[in-house]
Amino acid sequence: MGNPTLSWNLVDDVNRLLEYQFMVNALEAGTIVAVMAGVVGWYMVLRRQSFAGHTIAVMAFPGASGAALAGVPAALGYYLACGIAALTIGRAGGSSARGRGAESAAIGVVQVAGLAAGFLFLSLYSGVLEQLQTLLFGTFLGIDSGQVLTLLVVAVVVLGVLAVVGRPLLLATLDPEVARARGVPVGALDAGFLLVLGLAVAATSQITGALLVFALLVAPAAAAQALTPRPGRSLVLSVVFALLVMWAGLGVSYFSIYPLGFFVTSFAFGLYVLAQLARHARGRFAGDGPGAAPGALSDVLPHEPGPARTM
Amino acid sequence: MLGHEFIRNAYLAGTGVALACGLVGWFTVLRGQVFAGDALSHVAFVGAIGAAVVGVDERAGLFALTLGLAAVMAGLGRRAQADDVSIGVVFSWVLGIGVLLIAVLSTGTSGGNGLIVANTLFGSIFGLGAGQSVAAAAIGLGVVLGAVAIARPLLFASIDPELAALHGVPVRALGLGLLGLIGVVTAEGTQAIGALLVLGLIAAPAGAALRLTSKPYLGMALSAAIALGAMWGGIAVSYAVPSLPPSTAIVGIAVGAYALASASRIAL
Repeated sequence: MGNPTLSWNLVDDVNRLLEYQFMVNALEAGTIVAVMAGVVGWYMVLRRQSFAGHTIAVMAFPGASGAALAGVPAALGYYLACGIAALTIGRAGGSSARGRGAESAAIGVVQVAGLAAGFLFLSLYSGVLEQLQTLLFGTFLGIDSGQVLTLLVVAVVVLGVLAVVGRPLLLATLDPEVARARGVPVGALDAGFLLVLGLAVAATSQITGALLVFALLVAPAAAAQALTPRPGRSLVLSVVFALLVMWAGLGVSYFSIYPLGFFVTSFAFGLYVLAQLARHARGRFAGDGPGAAPGALSDVLPHEPGPARTM
Repeated sequence: MLGHEFIRNAYLAGTGVALACGLVGWFTVLRGQVFAGDALSHVAFVGAIGAAVVGVDERAGLFALTLGLAAVMAGLGRRAQADDVSIGVVFSWVLGIGVLLIAVLSTGTSGGNGLIVANTLFGSIFGLGAGQSVAAAAIGLGVVLGAVAIARPLLFASIDPELAALHGVPVRALGLGLLGLIGVVTAEGTQAIGALLVLGLIAAPAGAALRLTSKPYLGMALSAAIALGAMWGGIAVSYAVPSLPPSTAIVGIAVGAYALASASRIAL
């Protein structure tokens, strides 16, 4: 396709970018994935389930290599592996009331079991190593319209489920005791959210790769939650951030020889750092003490392990 | 089997790595810091790729990056325990840099880089030279000694940080020390069983030990013993079954031990 270079005419650049069908597909897929990741990631960050999310994300690797070995479509392997991992983590977390240590060990064990299996599949398949890199770090090339349609269906399902259970899930996250007292099925919501997370992560990792899903899931949500304490507003902000990161990443990586993953993660990281800086600056501006009004959603959470600020 | 030099090297290096992982892993699991260990082990591979791009020894890159990130994590969190969001954000960015470095590596030099990527991600314990094995064993021993030296105050600081601080135990410094040890262990383990799988030797044996006993010192010993058993058994199994990669065999046994420990706990 020649070597595209960036000019100063932004409209012209965007037009040239949209000349190619593969780029249009990539933008459509990226947009769908970003909206879904922005919403699901927002809940994930709020629930402090980043480790579980990361573990489900890397399950895309055994999923894809197992699918290659079995001769079924890679996407099927993605969704199966992510779903199984989500269910396993849900069971392990549900049965262990022994605290965070035991739970994080269980998640870690699920993760390495999956990765070890994936490595075994890969060496049995003796496939090409280029595939491994695509699997782990993603690509935006060669997304066909069928994949875009699948992503759209998954996104509609995920967002539909969250639209229905969003409010009780928020309550169950912020205050499980009160939620239980009001008859909210907290246990079912916990397990259900992990499944939704698995679905979203499996879809996202097809674009960003298994290792880089986090750039879209965690950073936009964390940045949004650092900026405002209101749930609705920060949810919208999270989606907007994820979209910005995705579009900017796709746009820049089209004009660059370097991979999409680098740009997406760097933009996401930059955004997060800016949000943190803004939060601190505002806190100092308002003479913010420990007892002042909350400036960020994380300030109103009861999840913090202990009041160790003074140590 | 022991007639082959690469097997002897694997056992030498593996013993050091396994003991260190098991011991440090026990504290990691006790403190609920498995995610931090996970992040450190995943970024280890970026260090190795970076060293290949710059053209220095792989180990220099491994240790520089894991120790650097351990310090960053300690700085981000209160009590030298970073929260999961900042871990996630930082480490996904470091992985993104890793992707860039892979691209730089594959446009710059010719051939062999796919192998470097695969080796750092999944390790190649059968590919270690004699010098590397001795170094790995020595570093493993050093980590074990370091962990034993701070075991008592670290235990106190992990179980009840407030009380420990009142008694003059340097809680923050100990947290940083543990993260540093995790950094060293992951850098070392990356060469043996790979950046993606070293977590298996940190989390699984320790998780099993913590399920089996609540006595701290017994638990530490048990964790190290399970890690060692997984390492020795894994090397032997994969020697007997050539199509089974050693890293998979080692991690598989460790995961099996964890599953057994969980099952026995439920059965009791």
